[in-house]
Amino acid sequence: MFEKPLGMRDTLPRLYETKAAARDKISTEIKKWGYQFIETPALEYYETVGEASAILDQQLFKLLDQQGHTLVLRPDMTAPIARAAASKILKEQVPLRLAYSANVYRAQQREGGRPAEFEQIGIECIGNGSISADAEMITLMADVLLAAGLKDFKISIGHIGFLQELFLSILGNEERASVLRKFLYEKNYVGYREHVKSLPLSSIDKQRLIAFISLRGGEDTISRALELLENSVGQETLTELKELAQQLKAYGVEEYVSFDLTLVSHMSYYTGTLFEVYAGEVGSPIGNGGRYDNLLAKFGWNAPATGFAIRMDRLVEAVGSVDENNETQCILFSSERRNDAISTARALRAQGKSVALQDINSVTNVDAYTASFAEVQFFVGNGDSKK
Amino acid sequence: MNSFLTIAMPKGRIFEEAAELLRKAGFQLPPEFDDSRKLILEVEEENLRFILAKPMDVVTYVEHGVADIGIAGKDVMLEEERDVYELLDLKISACYLAVAGLPGTKISDISPKVASKYPNVASSYFRQQGEQVEIIKLNGSIELAPLIGLAERIVDIVSTGQTLKENGLVEYAKITDVTSRLVANPVSYRIKEQRITEIVDRLAEII
Repeated sequence: MFEKPLGMRDTLPRLYETKAAARDKISTEIKKWGYQFIETPALEYYETVGEASAILDQQLFKLLDQQGHTLVLRPDMTAPIARAAASKILKEQVPLRLAYSANVYRAQQREGGRPAEFEQIGIECIGNGSISADAEMITLMADVLLAAGLKDFKISIGHIGFLQELFLSILGNEERASVLRKFLYEKNYVGYREHVKSLPLSSIDKQRLIAFISLRGGEDTISRALELLENSVGQETLTELKELAQQLKAYGVEEYVSFDLTLVSHMSYYTGTLFEVYAGEVGSPIGNGGRYDNLLAKFGWNAPATGFAIRMDRLVEAVGSVDENNETQCILFSSERRNDAISTARALRAQGKSVALQDINSVTNVDAYTASFAEVQFFVGNGDSKK
Repeated sequence: MNSFLTIAMPKGRIFEEAAELLRKAGFQLPPEFDDSRKLILEVEEENLRFILAKPMDVVTYVEHGVADIGIAGKDVMLEEERDVYELLDLKISACYLAVAGLPGTKISDISPKVASKYPNVASSYFRQQGEQVEIIKLNGSIELAPLIGLAERIVDIVSTGQTLKENGLVEYAKITDVTSRLVANPVSYRIKEQRITEIVDRLAEII
């Protein structure tokens, strides 16, 4: 056995076929919505794409090029696409609808069980700051998951703007708000509540902050959030969420969504609505996305943008079934009947069948070799037999 | 969707207090719960499944989602830094993490060494103090390390201070208070939202 670096995995034929089938279904669906697929390089400059990415620095694979520049293996696709989109050619067709399916790299510090290289399939909608774009992201994500054969999933939608405005209005400045936001980001509700108790605030304001962490559930969450507001600050974001909920109903995907205003997937990356998607048996989100209106500006183009990415490894795990059907046929031949074998194989391939053409003299164990094929034909000696 | 809720319970010291807390909150736990050697116990009436894990491993099971929620010490959470929700301070098994060593000793200037079962906690504590030390990971009986000269300091859990005293060690600094916490897997927390919220509420009432 030769070891692989931590977190690196092989994809063997059966899993490959399962993934490929899911990828096909998903990309077909994405194309139906008018998105165009692009590819970007696996290596990017650390100073530009590496810095702009939402992924933590310690998770980046870094290396040096011949001139000593620091490079990174792309940790996500959003930053590379933002870089490419900001180029002249693509800027002409705004709003831009781009899609990708690519491997991304995130170093693992600890144990196995989590891949350091995995495929993401996703879209970015650039230059469209409207709620319609947010609704399109969430709807298309639901459609894509359904197309891939996933039935049981739940999309949680949050809005970083609401949390930010609520915190700022109660706490007064960004420094204090970011301390509280960090507790949410770290999922530490005990620490959050203790910190709120220790703050020099009125008991009403403390109660508002404590009540905030239970703002999740159905559409009523939005009206419960409204009750936490004292004046118009923060109302606009809730109006946006209500509008989003309406549009999702128009698309007919409301059964898959719920609202969670405590959702903080990143300390500073997202600027508006954000969402994560969960499936029952998989312990981590299978995909996520949101609005990131500040990213493009880092590449010299001040444009709003939103998108989502689905993790293929987790999706395949969630769908559960590995494609067991091997449709491939096998023709085993001996040299005197080579011509028969070749023409039969050619005819079958012309019908769209997959055929492995194998010289029987090179097979040491015929039973083991032929076991996995759907059908086996022998072109051996003078007779013609079928197994 | 699977309506069974899986709870990871820590074996050993914390277990009894945790089980008592759950009973007080009105959960029907099996009578064989306390002295069973089984690692998985189901309570069908409550649709609950308990797994009994090493305290250090509870957060690992929860992070990977094979347990929906769990009861874990804050010490373990600080050490492991797993991606789980910390929902509730159960206020049981109170103790604290502390730095200890032989009385009247200093950390060596030549090769400063600290032994601990909590290498991450120890290393981040001494980094905050601006002290460069080397951490040696031990799995138990940490008090031995200063006694036989493996390290000048140890970082360990202190509950009564009795073990330190019996071994002639003194406490040099308190790092942080520790109690057990109710933790949840991020996906379970959303997919099994109602059940988990109900458990949190029932427990919160009696704490």
